Amino acid sequence: MAELTCKYSSVQTMGTLDGPGVRFVLFLQGCPLSCGYCHNPETRAFDGGKTATVTEIMAKVSRCRSYFGKKGGITVSGGEPLVQAKFITELFKECRKAGIHTCIDTSGCILSDDIEEMLNYTDLCLLDIKMTNNEDYKKLIGCDMSAPLGFLQKLSEKDVKVWLRQVIVEGINDNEENVKLFNDIAEKYDNVTFTELLPFRKLCESKYKEMNIPFPFEAYPETERAVIEKLSQKLTKRNK
Amino acid sequence: MGILTERFKEYWEGFKEGEWQDGINTRDFIVKNFTPYYGDSSFLCGPTERTKKLNEKLNELFKEEREKGGVLDINTDVVSSLCNYPAAYLDKENELIVGYQTDKPLCRGVNPFGGIRMARSACEAYGYKLSEKVEEHFEYRTTHNDGVFRVYTDEMKLARHVGIITGLPDAYGRGRIIGDYRRVALYGVDYLIEQKTLDKKKIGEDIMDVETIRLSEELFQQISFLKKMKEMAMMYGYDISMPARDTREAIQWTYFAYLASIKEQNGAAMSLGRTSTFFDIYVCRDMERGTITEEQAQELIDDFVMKLRSARHLRTPEYNELFGGDPMWITESVGGITTDNVPLVTKGSYRMLNTLYNLGSSPEPNLTILWSERLPEPFKKFCAQISIDTDSIQYENDDLMRMEYGDDYAIACCVSAMKVGKQMQFFGARFNLPKLLLLAINGGYDNVTGMKLGPQMEVMQDEYLDFYKVKERLNVYRKWLCKLYVNTMNVIHYMHDKYAYEKTQMALHDTEVDRMMAFGIAGLSVMADSLSAIKFAKVKPVRDENGYIVDFDTEGDFPKFGNDDNRVDKIAQNIIQRVSAELKENPTYRNSRHTLSALTITSNVVYGKKTGSTPDGRKKGEPFAPGANPMHNRETNGAVASLNSVAKLQYDYCRDGISNTFSIIPDALGKGEDERAENLVAILDGYFSNYAHHLNVNVLNKEKLMEAYEDPEAYPNLTIRVSGYAVNFHKLSKEQQREVISRTFHSSI
Repeated sequence: MAELTCKYSSVQTMGTLDGPGVRFVLFLQGCPLSCGYCHNPETRAFDGGKTATVTEIMAKVSRCRSYFGKKGGITVSGGEPLVQAKFITELFKECRKAGIHTCIDTSGCILSDDIEEMLNYTDLCLLDIKMTNNEDYKKLIGCDMSAPLGFLQKLSEKDVKVWLRQVIVEGINDNEENVKLFNDIAEKYDNVTFTELLPFRKLCESKYKEMNIPFPFEAYPETERAVIEKLSQKLTKRNK
Repeated sequence: MGILTERFKEYWEGFKEGEWQDGINTRDFIVKNFTPYYGDSSFLCGPTERTKKLNEKLNELFKEEREKGGVLDINTDVVSSLCNYPAAYLDKENELIVGYQTDKPLCRGVNPFGGIRMARSACEAYGYKLSEKVEEHFEYRTTHNDGVFRVYTDEMKLARHVGIITGLPDAYGRGRIIGDYRRVALYGVDYLIEQKTLDKKKIGEDIMDVETIRLSEELFQQISFLKKMKEMAMMYGYDISMPARDTREAIQWTYFAYLASIKEQNGAAMSLGRTSTFFDIYVCRDMERGTITEEQAQELIDDFVMKLRSARHLRTPEYNELFGGDPMWITESVGGITTDNVPLVTKGSYRMLNTLYNLGSSPEPNLTILWSERLPEPFKKFCAQISIDTDSIQYENDDLMRMEYGDDYAIACCVSAMKVGKQMQFFGARFNLPKLLLLAINGGYDNVTGMKLGPQMEVMQDEYLDFYKVKERLNVYRKWLCKLYVNTMNVIHYMHDKYAYEKTQMALHDTEVDRMMAFGIAGLSVMADSLSAIKFAKVKPVRDENGYIVDFDTEGDFPKFGNDDNRVDKIAQNIIQRVSAELKENPTYRNSRHTLSALTITSNVVYGKKTGSTPDGRKKGEPFAPGANPMHNRETNGAVASLNSVAKLQYDYCRDGISNTFSIIPDALGKGEDERAENLVAILDGYFSNYAHHLNVNVLNKEKLMEAYEDPEAYPNLTIRVSGYAVNFHKLSKEQQREVISRTFHSSI
């Protein structure tokens, strides 16, 4: 039988922002959502990207392994990793054998048997709760809010450790009411150990230009550090 | 009980016995007496009021020096030596450790022993004139430079002129010799003189030939300069004939030994050695006696470091092109572990690093962490934090070097390891690899100067360069150049020994010293990428009207060094192996052992300037990457891939060091201080566990450098690691600054 392959966009050999420690980050290709602030628009299309087998990815990971330290490991990001759950399952099985910490960075917008199986081999999930009301979710993200909440429920049942994250955009969700709702979600689950607010940034603007597609959030300003710091004070699960 | 125990009883009381009491053996003293420290930095003390005041005064002088164009003052009347200037002070009442190089702090002395012309033109470059007295004196004296040029062949002069071998120490002190300055503190000068006298006597009892006669004369000089060292210390009111009695004396005695050396010699790199754990032994004893507090211990180290930061040599502008930023390379090696796997990290190691907080960041002394996986975790984290905060320190792989050099070696200059007091090196600058390639394909024609040198052959005629043919050509030219290079070095070091022998530093070595001859290469990544282009892409030579190849059209992509791609990384490995092997075919002066380094200092800019376009796409005149670095912005697979490529270069073939300078923006190291330090520790552990040798770490944003480029006054103390050492950014030339800015800054995007 031919080995499973993935479609991926790129890898980052020294990721320090997507999970604990120094990590190998695999950006898979393809995402069903259309978030207005997406900073990796090149990973959205399902028909692009490069192909690699588990063995090939593991070869790359092994070259980075010595840099992982005590906390690092692999993070599969995207795109939307859940779309390629079968591949990730096989990849994470190999990682588990090798003692490498596994993590996915996801929107939680889908659920399936394959995804449930994948969660059995996942040590940590970085879950974006992108908005805190269904109206914004539908309008700005392109899915129903029940999807990530259902996914979070599943993570809780499987007892997968979760870090909840949200990108703050001034004029959309930079208010305390939003943070309160975000906290409420985090507080409901013991497996959510850490929450984090991230600034909306526009470094990706050039990517949109290159691809010649509009940047939906072009009009919004980059979120200032002070805004993030102030709102973060309100988080109830602020410390890792 | 040791042979010397009774004699030095009052000085050595409280120390544990060992072989070090039977004869000179600093290493044994340290391993028997040091107290490893496994805790964190919370015990450290900040600067005292006294320290702050003194440091302010010093900073004012630095400012004045800056405003005067980089040189505060030159004493043109006196030739620099141990006892030629009266005692000088910054603030006599408040200095704990005393001694300056000349009659005034930061005033530079003239040292024409390397070459009178260099001394003369250095004075003139800053608006001074060398005094008649000095000129006259050297009219009747042969300098090192005179000697070299009496013997240089036409070919050597030509190779030097076209810049295929550059930076040769033929007009200035060769440096890269570390005296075991600690011996003066541990044994006192009288005992050292006694031992050298015995060694000299012994030589006379055996057959006397060229080797031994030379050694005997050298010992005469060593003894005479040990006596001068005593005299110099007396000018400051200290008798250093006997061992140090306490911490302050241990530091002062050691500093006097170092000071004597930099008064005598203007070597390119005048490194300090490995002193901080040595000093800590005295601190521990004094604490036991209740005669010193932590604050006082730190104050002494702070004061010592202020003195080191004041050390200066007079250089010419041409010299500054090669070695930008007015460096002294007062390299102090910190950390490492013993051959029994006990960390040599003490509170003293922390105190030394803490000077960067107490006195502010600074390129000197060149603090070098000897990194081992087994260093205590809190210490690793403290080092990482210092890198993040100051960009002032570098890291070298103790687990690699310890195998060869044991546990009392130190780094000279940037990356050159040597056993302290037991080994020395003949420093030999470097040759230009890409220029060698261009010379080879042009059949012995240098396409920048239009001169012919080396074996004369037909210019390669192929429409597209053939990898295997180019390799064959390279074999011929490499062989020719290596022979020429070794011969040139032999001439230089013969003459340096003859006319500018480092008697003070060599007096602080064993008489039977192990010598290395350190060769170097520049432009490794340009060379590797060029050969990769020839092998994996199509390289079409562009010819001038005479048929000489002056440029290249490179069609298609090719693997580039710095991406963890074996296709090209093996080429880079191969380059080093071949050069190393070829050099060893040629015998060296004093049977020294051939070593090799991939290190450029800032000469990567000058070397690039002197080199035509290369097949990798680099255009004529553009800088090379420094040291063993991948070429800027060709690393497309992230920071780990870049580090992995450099880690593949084998230390076995490059025993004089493989320099890698790594810049990363703070945001790419993680969120928050703690996380960043932890991640940097993981990166260092990872890199060095792959047998990599050296890493300079800069954690900063490119924008900051660009601002400093535009507005230097706003960033007077901005320190940055460049290539095996650190500089004040403003001290680099604009050209060097631009090159530093153009380097890869690893980011997370």
